[in-house]
Amino acid sequence: MARAGKPKLAVWKFTSCDGCQLSLLDCEDELLEIAGQVQIAKFVEASSAAIRGPYDLSLVEGSITTPDQAEQIRQVRRQSRALVTIGACATAGGIQALRNFRNVPEFIAAVYARPEYISTLSTSSAIADHVRVDFELRGCPINRHQLLEVIAAFINRRRPALPNYSVCMECKRRGTVCVMVAKKIPCLGPLTHSGCGAICPAYGRGCYGCYGPAQTVNAKALADAWEAAGASKIEMHRVLRSFNANAAEFRSAAETLDENG
Amino acid sequence: MQGERLGIGGAVVIQSGALDELIKVLAAEGYKVIGPTISDGAIVYDEIRQAAQLPIGWTDLQQAGSYQLQRRQDAAVFGFAVGPHSWKKFLHVPVLRLWRAQRQSDGSIGAATDPHPASKFAFIGVRSCELHAIAIQDQVLIGGTCKDPHYAARRDGVFMVAVNCTSAGGTCFCVSMGTGPRAEAGFDLALTELLDDGHHEFLVESASARGAEVIRQVANRPAQPHHRQAAAQASARAAAQMGRQLDTAGVRELLLGNLEHPRWDEVAARCLACGNCTMVCPTCFCTTVEDHSDLANGVAERVRTWDSCYTLEFSHLHGGSVRSSIRSRYRQWLTHKLATWWDQFGTSGCVGCGRCITWCPVGIDLTEEVSAIRNNQPRHGRPLFSVPSPQGKGEGEV
Repeated sequence: MARAGKPKLAVWKFTSCDGCQLSLLDCEDELLEIAGQVQIAKFVEASSAAIRGPYDLSLVEGSITTPDQAEQIRQVRRQSRALVTIGACATAGGIQALRNFRNVPEFIAAVYARPEYISTLSTSSAIADHVRVDFELRGCPINRHQLLEVIAAFINRRRPALPNYSVCMECKRRGTVCVMVAKKIPCLGPLTHSGCGAICPAYGRGCYGCYGPAQTVNAKALADAWEAAGASKIEMHRVLRSFNANAAEFRSAAETLDENG
Repeated sequence: MQGERLGIGGAVVIQSGALDELIKVLAAEGYKVIGPTISDGAIVYDEIRQAAQLPIGWTDLQQAGSYQLQRRQDAAVFGFAVGPHSWKKFLHVPVLRLWRAQRQSDGSIGAATDPHPASKFAFIGVRSCELHAIAIQDQVLIGGTCKDPHYAARRDGVFMVAVNCTSAGGTCFCVSMGTGPRAEAGFDLALTELLDDGHHEFLVESASARGAEVIRQVANRPAQPHHRQAAAQASARAAAQMGRQLDTAGVRELLLGNLEHPRWDEVAARCLACGNCTMVCPTCFCTTVEDHSDLANGVAERVRTWDSCYTLEFSHLHGGSVRSSIRSRYRQWLTHKLATWWDQFGTSGCVGCGRCITWCPVGIDLTEEVSAIRNNQPRHGRPLFSVPSPQGKGEGEV
């Protein structure tokens, strides 16, 4: 039985693959520590037992894609002292936000035998488009060390130490040789939010932007450099149109590439 | 074969094969030996245990935003320019825990710092521009009243084996900055690779007692005048091959007198503000600290990491970032490097190594930027562009 005064943690899921919630279960050793410091009041992925709100900290996974979800997230917000989104879906709309650039009724008509049974929104949107969000944790999926930092920060009422500069900073700190400069591999790292620890370039491939836009995004400059390195603007467009396609900076960068053919 | 007794300022010649002995002598003296080696398609600095790990027979082709390894026709050991790493990786480390505090069972708090590295470094293959860069970081980090104890501990007693460049890279401009290609000071031993007509040897000049002591343990023979002559010629050859030039005449006044020059907008359109130039720069020293605590608030630690003036947080004051535009951040970096560094530390902040040019993903070249501003100056008393008065507010950014 949790002692009184222990902060109550809830984990919520909207439209998503569950991978970010799994990062919490992946914490393994630290999970016991988390359980010692917070009362895990609602976490369906881990236990069907649920304790009623309000909650001190709500971790929200997934994007809003149905009218019901748009209502439900408001209820979650009302029950939560702090609300933190986890992952690209909750923070930017996720891969499913590709629907935002297409005709959703056409998809439904093509896929479902009885389209009238389907109730969905024409867009997949970030949680922050619907309610106030206290912190957005990036990544597809999130990094569990960053998740622990966020939980520790909110429990202890301090600011999470999670920088929002480019992946390049992480690459250089770990001594990785720039794949763009040395191997002419197209890399989205200069536009992408740090946090993963610059995993992909360390394995000789380009960053594909799963942490979404960094604090400063000069997409045109990078697109020109990709082109000079032999990568077409179509390739850049494809990379921008992935897990964070609906993040404002990536969306407008892709639209600019559209306009310029 | 035992050579002559070598004093400070003396020189001997060693065969290329004797580099392995040199590495082993240094290791036997207790040094952690760091040198150039190939990794991930580039020549980087890492721990080496034998000469075979050196980039023998390789060179690098460098241009703005481009770096490629290429096989040489010969077996030159140091036949390349500088790569993406600099020695600050070891002296002014990218990530450092400054202290760790833990709540004790009696409720008190105990704080501890991590121990400094147990062994001293020996750096092999330090170029003249890099010796200058280390001297600049010495000045910044331990030359003033507030000394960085972590840098001091790593810097103390480093055994420096310099290498005089015998060729220059595509983005090199040490001649412009007066920092090379020949090492003049700050080393224990300086090697010049002499490679022709089937000979492959090194002129080794000793600049310290311990340098002489170390090289005495390596098979050597006395240097002859023709060796010194060949070394001087090789340095002259490198000096004539500089891939870039920077006209430094009045560059401080040039830049500070053109803070509103339209070229800053032009370069800002190309700049990613990714921070790569500052990370690879051997003199850039800025850091930030991050504080972390564990879930139970029982352990707290402060971590220092390399920072960059290209991040928004770097100039974050109450209410937001002072340098919100890329233009203001690029201008801050370049004017600090080439102009206000003089005011602050009495030297230029640039040593002409060319790393910021090569490792910029979009190939921005500071020598081009300076020359664009220089060549587009107010002439004949009629300014081409308006230059604000010293009190001018510009666009509200620093």
